[in-house]
Amino acid sequence: MKYIEPHGHMVSRTTDDYQKMAMAGCEAICEPAFWAGYDRASVQGFYDYFRQLTEYEPARAAKFGIPHFCWLCINPKESEDAGFAREVLSLIPEFIDRPTVLGIGEIGLNKNTKNELAIFEEHVEIAKKYDQPILIHTPHLEDKLKGTKLIIDALKNANVDSSRVVIDHVEEHTAGLVLDNGFWAGMTLYPESKCTPARAVDILENFGMENIWMNSACDWGVSDPLAVVKTALEMGKRQYDKATIERVIYDNPKSFLENCPNFKI
Amino acid sequence: MPSKKDILDLYFMPARRDLIEIAAYLDRLDRHEGEEDFRVAGFYKALVALQNPGDKSRAEAVLLALSDHSETPIPAATIQGAFGAPDESLINSQ
Repeated sequence: MKYIEPHGHMVSRTTDDYQKMAMAGCEAICEPAFWAGYDRASVQGFYDYFRQLTEYEPARAAKFGIPHFCWLCINPKESEDAGFAREVLSLIPEFIDRPTVLGIGEIGLNKNTKNELAIFEEHVEIAKKYDQPILIHTPHLEDKLKGTKLIIDALKNANVDSSRVVIDHVEEHTAGLVLDNGFWAGMTLYPESKCTPARAVDILENFGMENIWMNSACDWGVSDPLAVVKTALEMGKRQYDKATIERVIYDNPKSFLENCPNFKI
Repeated sequence: MPSKKDILDLYFMPARRDLIEIAAYLDRLDRHEGEEDFRVAGFYKALVALQNPGDKSRAEAVLLALSDHSETPIPAATIQGAFGAPDESLINSQ
């Protein structure tokens, strides 16, 4: 079965993972810029990371026949130091025209602070200036509900075209907020801290299959690069036909990602 | 679409396993010494929400019980991670 992994942090994964994803039918991987598991000590660290995302990782994925794309930003965990974050933001124009860049992301909030929100809003302005789509990270666990509301308010204040924004990591208490406001929603499939395959299918049943995708967000933590296809199997257990499953795991992400001029598969 | 019987056949055993895991976790917590923190109260609050979800689904009610419901950005982050339940004393002090 063919599918798109619309959110995977492949810099943290092994070549074995690329091989497994290729064998499972993955036709494209999209990698948002995010936290490395530690705070980078310098702006130069981000310069190197953006080079890794735009040069090295596409070449590594190509060895397994998978097109690799990326999103650029400084993540909210490292945005608390606003001065540092603004120096990283100043790097983005140098990379924004590279051929595999999809847009600005994953921007958002972590602990819902004033500085995080200010840097989020500055990212949104960069996206508007360069006419780029946006991929948004919503906070973890107890911070998700509040952060999702703050993010939606900020996007409305910025008059962003909601059809070019995907708000990721939705769960049962935030999926409706995101979809009812006209944004795309992403469900992240994590064994512990986000959606299980069964819950993701529940969300599809409760909120519909329009403007929603699912992703593994596989990274350096507890995560599974095959989570999307495992959830497709879960849909099969619930008696969804192949066309419906393919719509969710391939057609939907392709439809959103075609907002990005560089996305071609 | 699957029937209730199909759903039971697919999910009863894992749900039973998870229910017993919760019971055993609470027993384990009781059995060991030391001070508990805000996560325990949050967990019990979520169990109440599970049984009394009101007009929400049970999953949404549980997630809402485990969420920070304040509405304004905090001045600054003191940690980078999250605990899974809101620390009401910290929220009220901000």
